[in-house]
Amino acid sequence: MTPTKTQQSIDKFARDIDAEVHDSVWGGAKKTSEARYAALERDFPETADKLRETAGKIKQHTLENLDKYLAQAEASLQANGAQVHFARDGDRANEIILDIMKQAGATRMVKAKSMVSEETELAHFLEKNGMSCVETDLGEFIVQIDHDHPSHIVKPIIHKNRRQIAKSFEREGLGEYDDDPETICRRARKFLRDKFLHADVGLTGANFVSAESGRLTIVTNEGNARFCMAANRVHIAIVGIEKLVPTDRDLGLLLNLIGRSGTGQQLTVYSQFIKGPRTEGQPHGPEEMHVVFVDNKRTEVLATNCRDILRCIRCGACLNVCPVYRQASGHAYRSVYPGPVGAVLSPLLAGSRFPELADLPKASSLCGACNEVCPVNIPIPDLLLRLRDKAKREGAKKASAGTPGMGMYALLASQPTAWRGAMSMGKAMNMTPPAVMNIVPAAAAWQSARQLPPWRGGKFRSWMKTRKHAHDA
Amino acid sequence: MNDDRDLIFSNIRKALEPLPERAPYPEWDAEMPICREHPEFAERWDLYAYKLQQVNGTPLRGLKALGEWLVAAGQTFGYCDPKLVDEVRAEPAFAGITLETEFDRARVDEYLFGITLASGAIAETGTVILKDKETSARLGALAPWTHVAILRPERLLASTAEAIASLGDDPSVIWATGPSKTADVEGILIEGVHGPGTQICCLV
Ligand code: SF4
Repeated sequence: MTPTKTQQSIDKFARDIDAEVHDSVWGGAKKTSEARYAALERDFPETADKLRETAGKIKQHTLENLDKYLAQAEASLQANGAQVHFARDGDRANEIILDIMKQAGATRMVKAKSMVSEETELAHFLEKNGMSCVETDLGEFIVQIDHDHPSHIVKPIIHKNRRQIAKSFEREGLGEYDDDPETICRRARKFLRDKFLHADVGLTGANFVSAESGRLTIVTNEGNARFCMAANRVHIAIVGIEKLVPTDRDLGLLLNLIGRSGTGQQLTVYSQFIKGPRTEGQPHGPEEMHVVFVDNKRTEVLATNCRDILRCIRCGACLNVCPVYRQASGHAYRSVYPGPVGAVLSPLLAGSRFPELADLPKASSLCGACNEVCPVNIPIPDLLLRLRDKAKREGAKKASAGTPGMGMYALLASQPTAWRGAMSMGKAMNMTPPAVMNIVPAAAAWQSARQLPPWRGGKFRSWMKTRKHAHDA
Repeated sequence: MNDDRDLIFSNIRKALEPLPERAPYPEWDAEMPICREHPEFAERWDLYAYKLQQVNGTPLRGLKALGEWLVAAGQTFGYCDPKLVDEVRAEPAFAGITLETEFDRARVDEYLFGITLASGAIAETGTVILKDKETSARLGALAPWTHVAILRPERLLASTAEAIASLGDDPSVIWATGPSKTADVEGILIEGVHGPGTQICCLV
């Protein structure tokens, strides 16, 4: 998508307000995620943007023809011997999965990472219904034993340090305190291997689904999604309806982008292309494959002028590059999707609870970095402005100027002086995300942030006012 | 459940109806996502070996080298694809190595390595391709600390684009690019999380 005139002028405005402010935020932000972003530029010095734009167009085309591609994917999967289910919302998805387990006489699930299962709170639901459900991604496993929430879509425990993890392992009986990362990994390997081998069902998400072949593409680095399909009888994939692409060829392009964008890898270690139950003669792996396509308000998002956000392939690049995300960390977004993508997606997915998250679109200084790194070229700053308008129209209190909420983080993060000022105040240390996230639970961190005195004046504030008027005009 | 299907499809149609036009599918060249930013190599295998090493994988040439590597690493008991076992056993370097051709999941942690056939490999990325129909046992290629993929030279592909074109009708194709790894703990790289900590590709 070509950026609209509004976005360009706003961006230009943001850059013009104070070159120093802008440079320090932008420069600092860029530095940390350089390793990731560089992989794309290093490997495609001339064509990196062309790749991103093409991928964006492919996804946009798919979304705007979703009825066709979803029906095609369904037919392809059925032809491959997989069973396809549809769930209008999270509750329905959970019920379908519980039902599949019951019908298969299954009680134990091993689970790979899936953002949509976070939306539906699947693990919790299954446990409430007498099933065991073990997260097998190392980070997600640690989140699970700590009854915590992921704070990043690719690195769920970016907010934890090894000492905390070692304590959790000790508490869970995984061995004496030892905070050596290698020991932590070996213990998890041993513990989870046993779970893999004794599970009936493996659950995964899918990063992409080819309508042409029905192939689900699942990427991991740890190999846990592979294990979820090696030692058990049933494979269930829970997939948002927006994960489609038209053809297998498109999978190749997107795979080349997701690893580079997310972690700076040419490819993630494991890319799996799964389109049905195991082959005859294969001694291991599921004989039964189910795919649950979940809407959960995606069709509502599709009907808005923010539908571009549904292109998102959950690579995490926009989080890494975002100055607000870095200051606030993931929990401050109070929803499954943090960072720039979450600032757009979370309020939209909240449906009638939109006002509760209406401050999130303000959690951005509109510096444009998220758009620049996005492998599917989503014009996030543009979408944020559209959502701010929506919030204003719907009179959502939290979105109004001057309230703390995420807007505060955005203001502070875009103003190094203001941030430093905040740091020197009484409760200021609580604001340092690593300190905050390491010492107190997320909710408390959020509360303490909200108690900060309102930030007064300054260029950004008056810029905001000017912009508001310009926008109203 | 069928209600949900109908509802979702009707909601999609309703959402898209007001669009004056639908975004077209973009034209793009299959060559576009091929990475060419690497040193020049005389042979495709040399590029492959270079890329595999970059992701901490181990390229080896010939069964002799493999046997010697396993003995040196003290890995003398493992699983081997029954279709490969005669060829492997015929190599003198495997004299001190015990191979089992049936993967017994009750003894999953006893196998120090697993040898299976690679359905292909990708030079551009250092990737091993495993297809379900040609992998004798999924667990044999996944559970042991060391996985050895035996690669026939004619199966080494140049690019991910070629590899996508050759997915065929296999229900489960896996691209493995280096050993299993994580950086979840403080961003520190640890290999061998759930899958192999050592990924060998042996050209035979
Ligand atoms: S919005 Fe773009 S950069 Fe952010 S997670 Fe999604 S795909 Fe990645």
